[in-house]
Amino acid sequence: MTTTSFQKQDLPVLDTLDPELLERVVDRRGAIGNITAATAALAVASVPLGLGVLAKRAFAQGGPLPQGIRDVLNFALTLEYLEAEFYQLGLAAPGLIPVGTGPVFVQISNHEDAHVALLQAALGANAVAKPTFDFTAGGALADVFSNYATFLALAQGFEDTGVRAYKGQAGALITDNAILTTALQIHSVEARHASKVRRLRAQKGWITGSAVDVLALVGVYVGEETVTQAAVNTTGFAGVNAATEAFDEPLTMAQVLAIAGPFIV
Amino acid sequence: MMNESSHAAPRDHVAAGVASPGRRKFLQIAGITMAFAAFGCDDDDDDDGPTGPNDGEVDLGSGDTGILNYAYALEQLEAAFYTQVIVTPYTGITAEETTILTDIRDHEIVHREFLRAALGANAITALEVDFSDVDFTSRASVLGTAKTFEDLGVGAYNGAGQLLADANLLLIAGKIVSVEARHASAIRDLLNPNSADFAGDDVVEAATGLDAALPPAAVLLAAGPFITTEINAGSLPTT
Repeated sequence: MTTTSFQKQDLPVLDTLDPELLERVVDRRGAIGNITAATAALAVASVPLGLGVLAKRAFAQGGPLPQGIRDVLNFALTLEYLEAEFYQLGLAAPGLIPVGTGPVFVQISNHEDAHVALLQAALGANAVAKPTFDFTAGGALADVFSNYATFLALAQGFEDTGVRAYKGQAGALITDNAILTTALQIHSVEARHASKVRRLRAQKGWITGSAVDVLALVGVYVGEETVTQAAVNTTGFAGVNAATEAFDEPLTMAQVLAIAGPFIV
Repeated sequence: MMNESSHAAPRDHVAAGVASPGRRKFLQIAGITMAFAAFGCDDDDDDDGPTGPNDGEVDLGSGDTGILNYAYALEQLEAAFYTQVIVTPYTGITAEETTILTDIRDHEIVHREFLRAALGANAITALEVDFSDVDFTSRASVLGTAKTFEDLGVGAYNGAGQLLADANLLLIAGKIVSVEARHASAIRDLLNPNSADFAGDDVVEAATGLDAALPPAAVLLAAGPFITTEINAGSLPTT
């Protein structure tokens, strides 16, 4: 690879950015020592796809969001409300979360709060109100905030469902690049969460088949046993388990709402 | 597959670019990627220019096929890396780590072979990789490289989604990216267990809770030191 020119004009996308946003992100990243090339690229590339774009879209540019996209974002917001309140209550429950794993749940909680704020900003006046949640599912999970095992199991169910929910809506956002990308950026964070929570439960970070192991949550793993992708049978490459684990499957909006339903009053 | 030759010039350049990060440096790094359509390193000709086809160069192609080939290139890189990790495990590897790294190897092989099958006659050839900077006997080196690859993969798929025209392919990409994110989380947690690092502020922006989304140019720049084959990404879609 030969490199001879490093001018800003070689990267036209930068000209479209809010200079203050660029400075804010780049300066913040720059303060971190021992930065890698990948992280550096991230710092530049993540700017146009983040809060700025969504907020501008919502408040200044492009007019109101189409109804179809609003519906998807409100669906996502509902799930984020659920997750955010779940972790807030978990962190507030005395003696629930072991000290050693506190940083994990603080980080997850912070992300869910940020996702709520982001989606609210994008939707503006069209944002749905937060529902009333009952994390005992009508009493079936009475110890959800006093028994760490119950809390963890529910966390796994919510995270894996969240991953599948965002995935299922990607196609509905394909007409709006900025919103699609933002949704994907949330989606992969939910997957990071899911992997960690699963591993706290001595499970693999990835989903093998469609085995159900999350208490009262029915249907969380329906379809995860799929091994045929785009008409390609993937079982011959590294075995059946790897074939199911290597692809996370989507859920429809209706499937997700059926899973979340018992927790929404 | 393994190539022991090094490519000091381009790697040193990138290293110099990030040694004292600042806005100018970021712009410079990004500028490299947009100024040239070809990435990777050409072993036998340091004067090789960035333009025009070269012997052994692979062209990713255009449209959705180009994006799938781009993904196929990254999966080839990941699969080759983890295959080597399992063949020559690092000193002191634990049973848990072996299980995780073997699973990840298998997933990357499935991704690679799936993409090759889906692309059919449009698939690029096998890439030559260069892991000469990785110390496969060192846990820190192996897991550190794995972290880089997984985070890069997540950012790559997140950035590529909007470049796909076919909703079915977008869904397939979505099915893969969350698995890459699961990998990234597990690798990061092996490096710093039960900390916030599984979804650390260095990769998930704290203010928005958003993961990276990287354009192909940035991804191929970061992957370049590990790929010997020259890759022409000049025909990839940009919107």
